Amino acid sequence: MNAPAYNFAYLDEQTKRMIRRAILKAIAIPGYQVPFASREMPMPYGWGTGGVQVTAAILGPDDTLKVIDQGSDDTTNAISIRKFFEKTAGVAATTSTLDATVIQTRHRIPEATLHAGQVLVYQVPIPEPLRFLEPRETETRRMHALGEYGLMHVKLYEDIARFGHIATAYAYPVKVNERYVMDPSPTPKFDNPKMDNCAALQLFGAGREKRIYAVPPYTKVVSLDFEDHPFSRYRFDAPCALCGSEDSYLDEIVTDDKGGRMFVCSDTDHCESRQAQGHRGTESAAPHKEARHG
Amino acid sequence: MAETNDGLASDEPLLVVDGLAKNYGRLTACRDVSFTLYPGEVLAIVGESGSGKSTLLQLLSAQLAPTSGRVSYRMRDGVLRDLATLGEAERRFLFRTDWGYVHQDPAQGLRMAVSAGANVGERLMAVGWNHYGRIRDAASSWLERVEIDTARIDDAPRTYSGGMRQRLQIARNLVTEPRLVFMDEPTGGLDVSVQARLLDLVRSLVNELGLAAIVVTHDLAVARLLSHRVMVMKAGHVIETGLTDQVLDDPREPYTQLLVSSILPP
Amino acid sequence: MTAMIEINNAEKTFTMHLQGGVRLPVVSGVSFDVNAGECVVLAGPSGAGKSSILKMIFGNYRCDGGRIGIRHQGALLDLARAEPREILSVRRATIGYVTQFLRAVPRVPTIDVVAEPLLATGVSRDEARQRAAQLLRRVNIPERLWSLPPSTFSGGEQQRVNIARGFISDHPILLLDEPTASLDAKNREIVVELIAAKKRAGVAIVAIVHDDEVRHAIADRIVDVTTFAAAA
Repeated sequence: MNAPAYNFAYLDEQTKRMIRRAILKAIAIPGYQVPFASREMPMPYGWGTGGVQVTAAILGPDDTLKVIDQGSDDTTNAISIRKFFEKTAGVAATTSTLDATVIQTRHRIPEATLHAGQVLVYQVPIPEPLRFLEPRETETRRMHALGEYGLMHVKLYEDIARFGHIATAYAYPVKVNERYVMDPSPTPKFDNPKMDNCAALQLFGAGREKRIYAVPPYTKVVSLDFEDHPFSRYRFDAPCALCGSEDSYLDEIVTDDKGGRMFVCSDTDHCESRQAQGHRGTESAAPHKEARHG
Repeated sequence: MAETNDGLASDEPLLVVDGLAKNYGRLTACRDVSFTLYPGEVLAIVGESGSGKSTLLQLLSAQLAPTSGRVSYRMRDGVLRDLATLGEAERRFLFRTDWGYVHQDPAQGLRMAVSAGANVGERLMAVGWNHYGRIRDAASSWLERVEIDTARIDDAPRTYSGGMRQRLQIARNLVTEPRLVFMDEPTGGLDVSVQARLLDLVRSLVNELGLAAIVVTHDLAVARLLSHRVMVMKAGHVIETGLTDQVLDDPREPYTQLLVSSILPP
Repeated sequence: MTAMIEINNAEKTFTMHLQGGVRLPVVSGVSFDVNAGECVVLAGPSGAGKSSILKMIFGNYRCDGGRIGIRHQGALLDLARAEPREILSVRRATIGYVTQFLRAVPRVPTIDVVAEPLLATGVSRDEARQRAAQLLRRVNIPERLWSLPPSTFSGGEQQRVNIARGFISDHPILLLDEPTASLDAKNREIVVELIAAKKRAGVAIVAIVHDDEVRHAIADRIVDVTTFAAAA
């Protein structure tokens, strides 16, 4: 271990046991928000303290960790968390979705299909899907307990009334195992179908709100909708400019100050793997395209 | 309506209240209240503030547990059930289907930041309606019934006037065709001219739908216009009860005579 | 002959609690019957208790003693002891009451004010409006006023609207309190005809009428209310 001053993976064993108990309960009741004694972490709230605690509690020395932020392995947040665990747990890190055993994520689900044995840990800012319309925690808990989810459709109704279609594009509510309505964290609704019947275990940690919830492997996850306005994943107009992928979630990259832009996969590992396999997009000839303008 | 109202003997009571009392420590909020309400009947509970009428309304609508006594309600399956024995889920279900509750302050009964259409549609969605177009049609026809311009269906009630908010609250409550509606000073915060319009609307809706209603009011004019029967309360107990025009035109008890004589002539 | 109303020893006393509990006897020993198709006119000076007796028959004033038997839906019901909902049922199906004053809800158009009692007995809105229109025409309310609320009308017009409203239903008992008070001779004549038609239809009528001519035209029997004067 590189930093003997810390216990393995930063948290003390008692805390990990407490978190694991919460995780076990969350797995036993899919979609149900289990309260837990969230700890202060050496990073501010909003930077993934919930996800980090869940990861710390489940990480073993043999695990291989991947951390992504908006699909990318190389943003500040992803690098900081990856380095944090490399330092405090000494585990192997990877950017490969296929090789990772634990993937901590903020705002995306990887494009590659997850396989059995993997754990996907989501960082969650606001775990309560009903919060938008019902500010009282006592009331939302009661609504969950009694399965009163009419309010969730009020939110979708408002979308259609205002925009003509369900405009909620992220944190799109889902019903888990035909029982609890759950906020899938601010992932784009594009990713919602990947949650359904997923082979990997999905864990959700909200540090500031002190809640953990879970979707066990192969669980039914259905996006809420209306009969006459069914759930739909939007389609992008163009394929990825780098790898030519037509079915991945794209980010808009501004390339100059003259309105130039391109759309590329938000999942960097997916994009790079495809390019390595020889897939090409319109801009892929120049991997360091910015240099041309510099 | 005629059929539901006129078969006296065969008619079964909707709400049976028996020896109801509520104490807060040594303070008696109300005591020994018993009455029977039949389908289609409107009962007004009148009295000055502090007379216990609002506490009574909360007891009747199962929002408050009585210290003693009992309220029984005939569920849609025809069985008379003691409200105290209902589970929370059943009670809440009753509240958003078979009952309505109109608050004095519409902000308490509405979602102020949500569009009028969704305010009316919420109860339908709560009972499983899952077709946007049909929900919207229902909301729109209810806005019409309460005389709100349907062009304002997508506006939030915080942009509405007081009278419109109150009418919207009524539409929101009636959309599931409840059989019993509780009203707490429904015209309380409104201008006199707006009050008349609202009372007229409530009166015709109650008639058309054959609703039973319990209306708490300190305004005897409201009681006269809306109710069949009246119950006069003072200091937590029922002073006098009877046919509304009988109690108001021929009051028997000293307190009722005082109340009636305090009204300014129209 | 079927007695539609059988009043037996009815009495009424007001106790004025705000005036130190003064007891104000109004009437006592009120006893008379009214048969189907018969019009009984109550006579006596003002203050003798004529209106109070009408109100007792309607269940508006409570009866402190005796019986007020009303033939309601084939059975005799004692109104002095009836439940509020029984009284409501009697008013819906059996007793109509025409007062001197129109007590209408603001904003409601005249035609609906007149049609309302029919609607309450289950008649369809179209038919009720049709019959209301007939009656309004009969009592000379110009058609252009039908869609307006009667609150803006003159006293005489309001009175006629009130009569139309009172005469529209097929109640077997009709109570009339000064139905012709503010009407001109021509309209008084129309009301007399309406009353005659009701009698022919077998309606039992109790009326208070000050106009000698009208009283003479409609009364089958006069009941002198002074004989019921309560001993103070």
